[in-house]
Amino acid sequence: MKFSLKSWMFGALLIAVVAGAAVSGCKKSKVNPFPGSGAVSGWEKSSETRVFAAKDLWQYIDGDAEQYISAGVVSTSTSDYKFQGQLEAVVDVHTMGDAAGARKILETGLSKDAKIVQLGDQGIAFAQSVTFRKGASLVRIVAYESTPDAQQALLALAHGVEAKL
Amino acid sequence: MKDRREFLKTAATGAVLLGSQSKFSLAAGMLDQHAESAKSKVVIARDAALHNAGGQLDEKRVIALLDKAIAAYTGNDHPVEAWKHLVPVGKTIGLKTNGLGGKGISTHLALVLAVCERLQQAGVKPGNIVVWDRNARDLEACGLTINTDPSKVRVFGSDVSGYEDQAQSFGTASVHFSKILTRECDMVIGLPILKDHSMAGVTFAMKNMYGVVQKPQELHASGCNPSVADLNAIPTVREKVRFTIGDAMASVYDGGPGFHPERLWQPNALIVGEDRVAVDHTAWQMLERKRAEEGMPTFEAAGRPPRYIATAADAAHKLGFDDPARIHLHEV
Repeated sequence: MKFSLKSWMFGALLIAVVAGAAVSGCKKSKVNPFPGSGAVSGWEKSSETRVFAAKDLWQYIDGDAEQYISAGVVSTSTSDYKFQGQLEAVVDVHTMGDAAGARKILETGLSKDAKIVQLGDQGIAFAQSVTFRKGASLVRIVAYESTPDAQQALLALAHGVEAKL
Repeated sequence: MKDRREFLKTAATGAVLLGSQSKFSLAAGMLDQHAESAKSKVVIARDAALHNAGGQLDEKRVIALLDKAIAAYTGNDHPVEAWKHLVPVGKTIGLKTNGLGGKGISTHLALVLAVCERLQQAGVKPGNIVVWDRNARDLEACGLTINTDPSKVRVFGSDVSGYEDQAQSFGTASVHFSKILTRECDMVIGLPILKDHSMAGVTFAMKNMYGVVQKPQELHASGCNPSVADLNAIPTVREKVRFTIGDAMASVYDGGPGFHPERLWQPNALIVGEDRVAVDHTAWQMLERKRAEEGMPTFEAAGRPPRYIATAADAAHKLGFDDPARIHLHEV
């Protein structure tokens, strides 16, 4: 059986198209790290998810954007949450270029009063915030007020996000 | 708060339009730095009981704190009379808030409402008050609701007004201003919130003006210096933004400009003045003292001194005084 140059080239092109479609399909199946309402006990997702590409991150966090950009942020997704209808919080998921970028940002927030928590590859918590990294993702969850059960509630939500990454 | 919110909604026809011109005559942003004895007055008004033991703001005390600050600044103990000296009659007054930090660290709603209330009592029509910021999100972060009905206090962002096509420049800053600044407002009162800033060091009166331009991200190089000073030196800003009522009721002393509750602090203060440089210098020193108390490095040591403040005071900008000897600081 003989193959002409033309049919060989056609075959190669077909393989390239199929491979390209497969890669494209993979890109579309990005994970959604935001737990839906009720997925974590007591927590309700109270806003749409907003996504900012690196070049637009300043619209969301102004001057803070620079440190994320220099650490290689690719995009940032954010959504509001409410715990038991009262405690408001925001979840930011920064997708960095690599794990080193996520580590760099997390370590910027390390201080003596940070509580080390078992979350992802590394996690820290304060009374009203939880930050952790997992692979190239850096997650920051912040409550807008201080309540006795805020930290526990935030940690539960953080575990919910971690499970989806 | 409900009563005051209702006041804003219902005061549309209640305002008394004044027949006289403002007597206080704000300096239109043009300080006479040639007068060697000239000093800029800055007031820090405090109320130690502004936040309760649980850290909640007692909103009812905010208007009293505002009155205290304005009385100390103007020398007039009657709040409404004092305000009549501050604002021109028959003009549109813009209140530029800062909601970029989100719900946790944005200009407090109680302060915005208190200023609106006093403005109306001083004779400014509700529709001649425009509360504004970059966009709806920033305003909503302050607890405000968008309103473009001219019979009430208007609340909307530059996302509604749009930006001028024509750029304006000074030094390194070439910007497209919000049409709210250029077309709606005759005078702007800045209502910034005091924050640490990861690049500029401090964000308060002058840095708040980044929220009046289309692409503020282009002004962040070199610790925002000289961009902050250059932006404020553009005549539109210099001449229209004539007074600052700075919200230092709560602040973040590190990790800003975003909300870092672990670095939240309640100075329980308002910082007011016409001289934006003197106001920023005063605010900067307040943050430095807090950082020292917390064992944190100075802004200089942290690699982000707010150099734009000195730049704003230099001979090229002449926006005000950063020399403590030329700031008359009045603390009440």
